[in-house]
Amino acid sequence: MSILNQPLSGWGRYPVEICATRRPERYQDLRATAPVQIARGQGRSYGDAALGEMVILTERVNRMLAFDSVAGTLRAEAGVTLAEILDVIVPQGWFLPVTPGTRFVSLGGCVAADVHGKNHHHDGAFSQHVIAIELILADNSRVTCSATENADLFWATVGGMGLTGIIGEVSLRLISISSPYVQVHHHAAANLTETFALFENAALDDAYSVAWIDCLATGKSLGRSVLMTGHHASAVDLPSALQAPVKIKPAKSMPFDLPAAVLNPLTVKLFNQFYYSREGSKTRPFFAHYTDYFYPLDGISHWNRLYGKSGFVQYQCVIPTAGAFAAVTALLQKLAASRRPSFLAVLKKLGTQNPGLLSFPLAGYTLALDIPMRDAGVLALTRELDVIVLAHGGRVYLAKDAVLTPQAFRVMYPRHAEWLRVKAQVDAQGRFASSLSRRLDLGAQHE
Amino acid sequence: MNKTVMIVGATSAIARATAAAFAAQGHDIYLAGRNADELARIAADLAIRYRVQTRWGIFVAEDLASHDAFFTQAVADMGEMHGVVLAMGYLGDQQAAREFSVGMEVILVNFTAAASILSHCASYLEARKQGFIVGISSVAGDRGRQSNYPYGAAKAGLSIYLQGLRNRLYASGVRVITVKPGFVDTAMTYGMPGLFLVASPQYMGERIVRALNKSADVVYLPWFWRYIMLIIKFIPEPVFKRLKL
Repeated sequence: MSILNQPLSGWGRYPVEICATRRPERYQDLRATAPVQIARGQGRSYGDAALGEMVILTERVNRMLAFDSVAGTLRAEAGVTLAEILDVIVPQGWFLPVTPGTRFVSLGGCVAADVHGKNHHHDGAFSQHVIAIELILADNSRVTCSATENADLFWATVGGMGLTGIIGEVSLRLISISSPYVQVHHHAAANLTETFALFENAALDDAYSVAWIDCLATGKSLGRSVLMTGHHASAVDLPSALQAPVKIKPAKSMPFDLPAAVLNPLTVKLFNQFYYSREGSKTRPFFAHYTDYFYPLDGISHWNRLYGKSGFVQYQCVIPTAGAFAAVTALLQKLAASRRPSFLAVLKKLGTQNPGLLSFPLAGYTLALDIPMRDAGVLALTRELDVIVLAHGGRVYLAKDAVLTPQAFRVMYPRHAEWLRVKAQVDAQGRFASSLSRRLDLGAQHE
Repeated sequence: MNKTVMIVGATSAIARATAAAFAAQGHDIYLAGRNADELARIAADLAIRYRVQTRWGIFVAEDLASHDAFFTQAVADMGEMHGVVLAMGYLGDQQAAREFSVGMEVILVNFTAAASILSHCASYLEARKQGFIVGISSVAGDRGRQSNYPYGAAKAGLSIYLQGLRNRLYASGVRVITVKPGFVDTAMTYGMPGLFLVASPQYMGERIVRALNKSADVVYLPWFWRYIMLIIKFIPEPVFKRLKL
């Protein structure tokens, strides 16, 4: 099969590497053909998880194979996107059990990163709704794994960043909805203490919750935020204007790289001020289409160009509840002191961790920050953030990561040794390796 | 509405996108090809995405004697057949195809087998006095070049065959459209050097369906290939034969 060499990067556009790529169109061609390879879906992980010497693009192996609209289950090839799935299931009264902040991700990517959504505190991560996976192993045999069948392999594969094999097919349990709308409630918090109080207030809790944080606010306003809670609206509650089917607006596009100077501490501060007062003043519940509530940034394709040509790193960590307030305070202070404008900062409470050996979520708070990659100082900053995260028993999300060290990784993911044992069983020669796995020394083949 | 559309050579990226574009219009789909696993996957996908009926059957292009029974069975399976898209094509290794034992396969699939299955489709549609045939030929059939003339010759033959069918079926009200794609982003072209202005399979599918609502008989996709090929056809043979193309 033909090979195309091309520069690739993750969504953060840092790092960029020239990779050999294959793009199979048939399921039988979704296999290991090179000495070392890694599967890549939509390239929406932020760092180097889907880069490597040979990258298998799964975008054309994207067929939906079985949809049971009575039981609410779907089986599909891993290359299909959540957007394509939603187009089919929402009109028939079903929704994804867990969705990340963009619908332009592949199903396989959701499994490989064991993604979480705004409902993690109730419903757990993506893998907990997966019925089974068909995994293509290093010897190109196909194996079915689930929480009950080949369970060790299953829990090594979810969150395993594609390193146990190629995720070929996924079957998934869906949740039932009666409208495409979400009933949303915004709550403004003047500082981090108030923000945490809102998250811990059971009376305000809802199926979904997430807080947008103004990470340039300092002093008494440090950690001011807007908490956005919501649940799927039932059709009977909808005003008549929303009863008609909606046509999803085509995405606006960010047509060019924004010059670095445009996003500076002042402009981001102004934007945050505006956003905080606008969104924070929506004190009455309102209805939002699911695309607007779950995927606000999907409305602008290539929004990653906002950070300019040099890209950005997204630093996402989770801190166990006990130390979360102290750690988030320290992280926000550190970021504010660095005077690096982070356009997007999100805080969210997570629920209990699942048996996934490299799965990210654990009971606590997760903070995600975009940091423009303007100079080498960014690496120094993330090292300092790592120290804070480690001191509070937290970890960094591999799907976002481009800069973590192997030493820090091993402390953050205490079950990595168990994971490496499974890896050694199914892929002794290290045929599945990515730039991330080499950087973190994750059982990749050594030259 | 059923108005089944049969896609012959249904597992390529262009074929799949064309089937999707017809399914999106509410047409039921019959997929003909040789890879049972792929046919079943594409059929399931189209049925789920577009909520139409889909079926598939194994079609072996080289087995010319089987074509009549194959087509009859497909019609029986679906109850009727409204249109046929001939999407099969085989480029192979054009260097190797200079050897006729290899080149023969290229001519067999792209021309002889295509003419064979089209002849059965044409008789059926002619009798029904409605429907359409879309034949996917190639710009490679517009002028012979040393780099791919076995393929080009077969596609040139197909273009003339379609032209003849169009003339014959006009009286019966059956549309016959010849599609000539330029570069399309498929497995056939992936990683090929020197490509430019590459179209997506989805674009091809949508334009093929749209062509049925327009009047043109020969459609270049994307449109500018008509003019690129016009220029190439204008080059006098004494000059052309000296070019490394």
